[in-house]
Amino acid sequence: MPEIRVTPLGAGQDVGRSCILVSIAGKNVMLDCGMHMGFSDDGGPGLTCAASPSHFHLDHCGALPYFSEMVGYDGPIYMTHPTQAICPILLEDYRKIAVDKKGEANFFTSQMIKDCMKKVVAVHLHQTVQVDDELEIKAYYAGHVLGAAMFQIKVGSESVVYTGDYNMTPDRHLGAAWIDKCRPNLLITESTYATTIRDSKRCRERDFLKKVHETVERGGKVLIPVFALGRAQELCILLETFWERMNLKVPIYFSTGLTEKANHYYKLFITWTNQKIRKTFVQRNMFEFKHIKAFDRAFADNPGPMVRPCGDRCCPRAPSFHIRGAWEGVIMPGYCVQGTVGHKILSGQRKLEMEGRQVLEVKMQVEYMSFSAHADAKGIMQLVGQAEPESVLLVHGEAKKMEFLKQKIEQEFRVNCYMPANGETVVLPTSPSIPGGISLGLLKREMAQGLLPEAKRPRLLHGTLIMKDSNFRLVSSEQALKELGLAEHQLRFTCRVHLHDTRKEQETAMRVYSHLKSVLKDHCVQHLPDGSVTVESILIQAAAPSEDPATKVLLVSWTYQDEELGSYLTSLLKKGLPQAPS
Amino acid sequence: MKLYCLSGHPTLPCNVLKFKSTTIMLDCGLDMTSTLNFLPLPLVQSPRLSSLPGWSLKDGNAFLDKELKECSGHVFVDSVPEFCLPETELIDLSTVDVILISNYHCMMALPYITEHTGFTGTVYATEPTVQIGRLLMEELVNFIERVPKAQSASLWKNKDVQRLLPSPLKDAVEVSTWRRCYTMQEVNSALSKIQLVGYSQKIELFGAVQVTPLSSGYALGSSNWIIQSHYEKVSYVSGSSLLTTHPQPMDQASLKNSDVLVLTGLTQIPTANPDGMVGEFCSNLALTVRNGGNVLVPCYPSGVIYDLLECLYQYIDSAGLSSVPLYFISPVANSSLEFSQIFAEWLCHNKQSKVYLPEPPFPHAELIQTNKLKHYPSIHGDFSNDFRQPCVVFTGHPSLRFGDVVHFMELWGKSSLNTVIFTEPDFSYLEALAPYQPLAMKCIYCPIDTRLNFIQVSKLLKEVQPLHVVCPEQYTQPPPAQPHRTDLAIDCQPPATSYRRAEVLTLPFKRRYEKIEIMPELADSLVPMEIKPGISLATVSAVLHTKDNKHVLQPPPRPAQPTSGKKRKRVSDDIPDCKVLKPLLSGSIPVEQFVQTLEKHGFSDIKVEDTAKGHIVLLQEAETLIQIEEDSTHIICDNDEMLRVRLRDLVLKFLQKF
Repeated sequence: MPEIRVTPLGAGQDVGRSCILVSIAGKNVMLDCGMHMGFSDDGGPGLTCAASPSHFHLDHCGALPYFSEMVGYDGPIYMTHPTQAICPILLEDYRKIAVDKKGEANFFTSQMIKDCMKKVVAVHLHQTVQVDDELEIKAYYAGHVLGAAMFQIKVGSESVVYTGDYNMTPDRHLGAAWIDKCRPNLLITESTYATTIRDSKRCRERDFLKKVHETVERGGKVLIPVFALGRAQELCILLETFWERMNLKVPIYFSTGLTEKANHYYKLFITWTNQKIRKTFVQRNMFEFKHIKAFDRAFADNPGPMVRPCGDRCCPRAPSFHIRGAWEGVIMPGYCVQGTVGHKILSGQRKLEMEGRQVLEVKMQVEYMSFSAHADAKGIMQLVGQAEPESVLLVHGEAKKMEFLKQKIEQEFRVNCYMPANGETVVLPTSPSIPGGISLGLLKREMAQGLLPEAKRPRLLHGTLIMKDSNFRLVSSEQALKELGLAEHQLRFTCRVHLHDTRKEQETAMRVYSHLKSVLKDHCVQHLPDGSVTVESILIQAAAPSEDPATKVLLVSWTYQDEELGSYLTSLLKKGLPQAPS
Repeated sequence: MKLYCLSGHPTLPCNVLKFKSTTIMLDCGLDMTSTLNFLPLPLVQSPRLSSLPGWSLKDGNAFLDKELKECSGHVFVDSVPEFCLPETELIDLSTVDVILISNYHCMMALPYITEHTGFTGTVYATEPTVQIGRLLMEELVNFIERVPKAQSASLWKNKDVQRLLPSPLKDAVEVSTWRRCYTMQEVNSALSKIQLVGYSQKIELFGAVQVTPLSSGYALGSSNWIIQSHYEKVSYVSGSSLLTTHPQPMDQASLKNSDVLVLTGLTQIPTANPDGMVGEFCSNLALTVRNGGNVLVPCYPSGVIYDLLECLYQYIDSAGLSSVPLYFISPVANSSLEFSQIFAEWLCHNKQSKVYLPEPPFPHAELIQTNKLKHYPSIHGDFSNDFRQPCVVFTGHPSLRFGDVVHFMELWGKSSLNTVIFTEPDFSYLEALAPYQPLAMKCIYCPIDTRLNFIQVSKLLKEVQPLHVVCPEQYTQPPPAQPHRTDLAIDCQPPATSYRRAEVLTLPFKRRYEKIEIMPELADSLVPMEIKPGISLATVSAVLHTKDNKHVLQPPPRPAQPTSGKKRKRVSDDIPDCKVLKPLLSGSIPVEQFVQTLEKHGFSDIKVEDTAKGHIVLLQEAETLIQIEEDSTHIICDNDEMLRVRLRDLVLKFLQKF
C-alpha cells in the first residue's frame, strides 16, 4: 500500500526551528532546515532528494550549511529568489554571533555557507520544478516575509503542501498568501496563532501609532525590537506614512547594516510586495524613506524623543538592549519564543540578567502588539478551505493550542488532523489511481453512446488493457488482437428449435418475426427478404424437415459475443409462438 | 488540429490553434509597417510638412490632393496613422478561449482583439511582458493622442482609387481593415484580461490541454509556449535568442519531442551580426559627437535600449565622452528604466547575482545617478531647459512617423554634422526616412536583432527533433532581395509546412490516445495474463466517468441484490442488454486434446471427420456437430441449453479472451 510519511525533526509541537521530513512515493524531501542540531542523524545523505526552505528566517534555514556541508547532503536545495539572496547574509550574521561572540566551536564556516548556496536552485512562484522524472515541486506566495513561499510536493497524483510561515491578510508591504484548490493528500500548516483571532489590522496599526505618538509627545524614546528583515520594513512604512500625514519631525532611526541592506532588497524585489506598492513604485518607491534615517551610535544619547525600530526580537541576545538610558517604551510587535529577552520582558520580568552577569533593571513601559505576519486561526482555516486537503498536519505551534485547532479543523472540514511531536512519524496510506491511456477510437465510441438517454444503471465499458513495461493502454478488444498480431477465433452456436406449426416456412418465419417484434421492443428485429429473421446480429431461419410436415425447425445462430441474447431467444422460442389471430 | 494564420508578418505573428476542444490564439502582433505610408505627426507645427504639394494623377486630376501629399517622389497619406490588424474574419474570434503572449512586441494588437470581437477568454503572459507591453501601448497611445489630427483620410482606400496610386500604396494589403490606434481605456480593459504566469508554470485549460511558458531568451519575460495533452505536444517558438544579453537564457531542452513546432519570430536581418552592429553603433556615435554633431537613436522604450545603455556605460569613459549627455525621451522612459531593475528573476545569471548583492542589475541606474543619463517624458517641459548639444537622444517611435523623434528629425535633419542611427530592425530605414528627404543628416543603419538566425534555427531543430515544423512562408525561401542565398531559409527534414496570411492549415498529426485514470479498486480486480514476454493483457469492464475532460475508470457497480418477490417482474427485465459485450476470443483448438477433454467429461461415441479446412467432431448421441477450423468453431446442436453451455465452456478452455 503506498503511503506518505511525515516526521517533524523540528517544529513538531513547538515554535521555531522548523525541519520536516516528508516521504512520498519513495521520494524523501526535507522541508525547511531550521537551526536545530539534535536530530541531524536522521537526515543523512542519500535519504533526501530535495530540501526546500520556505523563507529566510533562521528558524527555517539556519541549519542549511550544517546539513549540506557538515552532514553531507549533496542534493539540490530549492528556494525562491529573494530567499536565495537574503539567506546567506543572515546565515553569515548568525555564524558571526555564534562563533565570534559566543565562541561556539564546530560551527559551519563562511566558506561552507558559500558552498551550500551553490547547491541552491532558485524557483519562481508557480513554476513547476521537475526534481527528477517523477518528483515535482511548486512554490506559492506565502506573505509572511519577502520571498516566503509555500511548497507543493507532487509525485504522480499524490501531493503534499507545506505552508512554511504564512500570512492570510495583506500587510503594509506584502500581499496575502494564496493557493489554488490543489487538493493535496496532506496539508502541513504552521499553527503559531492556532487559538488567536486577531482584530483588524487597521485597529492594531492605529493603536500602535497612537502609543508611539503619545510617547514621543511626552518627549520619550520608543524602542521597537523587531526583526531587521520584514517587520522592520512594515513598521517603517507605517511610521513613514504617519509621520508624513501628521507632519512630525521627531527622528526615526533604523539600524545601519542589515536593515539598510534589507531595504535595498525590498526595492529590487518589489514584485514580491503587495499590489499597492508594486503599482506605485515608479512614482515613489515605498522603501526609500524620507523620515527614517540610518542610526548612528552617537544618536543614542541625544536628548529628546526618538523612535528606534531595531535589532532581533527573538534572539537571546538583543543588541537593542545595549542602548541604555531613558527608554520610555518598548513595543513588541511579534511572537517571542521562551527564553529570549523579549519573552522575559513581556512576562513582566523586571530584572534581566545580561551577558557578563550584569543585571539590568527594566524601567520602561512595555507593550505587546501582535504585528507578526503569521496566519491566525481564521487564516489557517481559510487556507485549509482554499487547498481542500484530504488531511491536515499541524506544526510550528504550541501543543495545547494545536489540540484546539486540530479539533476545529476535524469538525469543520471532516478531515483527519495530525500533530506529531518531534521525531514522531505520521503515516498516511494513499490510494493513487493509475494513469494510463485509452485509445481515442474506444473513447469516442463510448462517449457517443454515453450521450444517448440511458437507463439509470451506468454503462459498462469493455476493452483490453495492454501492459507493457509500466505503460498501460486501454484499447478495444479488436485493436488489442490486431496489435498483438493475433487472429480472432469466432465461436458460433446454432440451435435447432422444434416448433409445431403446420404452415409454410415463410409464414412461420413471419410469425416468429411478429412475436419477437412485440416482445423485444428495445431491439432491432428485422425480417429479411430471403425469409430469415434477425434480432440484432442473431440469425433465425425456419426450415421444414422432410419427415414431419407438421413440425418446423428454427435454426437460431449466434456468436459467442451475443451469448446472452442468443440463449434468451432459444428459451423464448422454445415456449412456442402465441396463436396467431386468425 | 488546425492552425488559422491571421497575420502575414513573420515576427509579429497571430495564429489560432484548434487543439482538442480548445481554441488558442498564439500571439497578437500588430503590423505597424502600415504607418510608413503616412506623413509624420510633428509635435510642433512643421512648415515643411504642411507645405508639401498635394498629389495628382498623371492626367492632372487632383481629387486626392487633400489626402495624399508628395515628398521627394514618394506619396504619403496625410491622415492619422493606421495599423494593419490581424485577420478578424477568418475565424470567429469570440470562440477563442485563451490568448498566449510570447513577448511584449507581440501583444500590440491585443486591445483590438479583446475589445472588439466578443472575446470572453483569458490572456496569459508573464509579468515583465505585461508591464513592458503596457508601457509600449501607453507610449503609442500617447504619441498619437497628443497631436490630434483632424483629418482621417479614407478616399484613397477605395479599391478603384487605390489601383491608380503609385507603389507602395498601390500594393498595400487589406487597407480597408486598417484601423486607428486604440485608446488608453481600451488598453486598460485589454490588460485587465491578462493572467500572470511564470516560466515552467503548468496551466490547465479545461482539463483538456496544458500550456506552459518557457524562457525564450529574447526579451524580459519573453517566452515560448508548450501546448500539450498527455499524448501530443505542440511547441510554439516565437522571438527567441541564443545570445547572452540581459534576459534569462532560452530553455531549449523542454522543446524536445514535439509533434509540431510552430516557428515564428526569427531575426529580420539574418545577415547582420548583433555584436558587430553594437560596435558600429558605438564608433559612429563617438565619431559624430567628437565632430560636434548630435546623435539620434529612434528606438522602443524597452529592450535593446538597455543593452545599448550598458554598452555606452562601458564605452563613453574609454572614448572620452563622459561629458556628453545622454537623453532618453519617452512618456514611459522613467517607468521603463525603473521596471528594468525589478525583474531580477527574469534576468540572466550575471544580472541576477548583482541583485543578490544587492545592487541594481542594470548599470543605467549609475548613469542616472551620475547625471550622465537623463530621462524626460517629452521634449516639452524640463527637457528644453536642460538640453545641451552635442548630445545623444534615444527616443521613439522607430517608424519616425510619430513621437518626439519627428521633432528631432526636423531639427537636426538639415545638418550633416548630425547622425541618425537605426538600431531597431522592425522598419526599413529608407522607407522610414522617405518623408524627411532631402536630408543632410548622416544615416547609419545598425539593426540589432538578437533573434535566432537560420544557422541557429537549423541547429535548434536538429537538437529538439520535432516531427513537423510549421513556419511563415517567408522562412522557407531565400529573401526576395537575395535569391541566391539559399542558406537564408529553414532547412529541416521533413520540409517545413509554410503558411501565409488568411490561410488555414490542417496540421499533420493524428491523435490516438487520451489519458485515463484507473481507480485503484478496479486495478486490484484486474487479472493480467502474459501474452508475449513483457506484454500482459487484462480484459476490463468498467464504468467510464468523465468530468471536466478528465476520464476515470471506476469498478462496475455490484449487481443489485434481487429484490424480494413483492414487485412483479416485468418481461422486459429478463431481456438481456445486447450492449453488454462478451470479450473477443483468440487461439485455436487442437482437435485431439479437445476430443480427450470431451471424453473426460463423459461424452462417448465421438467421431472425428477431416474436412478441407479442419475437422468436424460429431457427438452422435446428442445429435451435435462441432466444426473446428483454424480460427472458428461452430457448435450446432438441439435446443438443449445444458448441453450447449457444457460444450461452450469446454471450448472456451482452449481459447483466450480479450
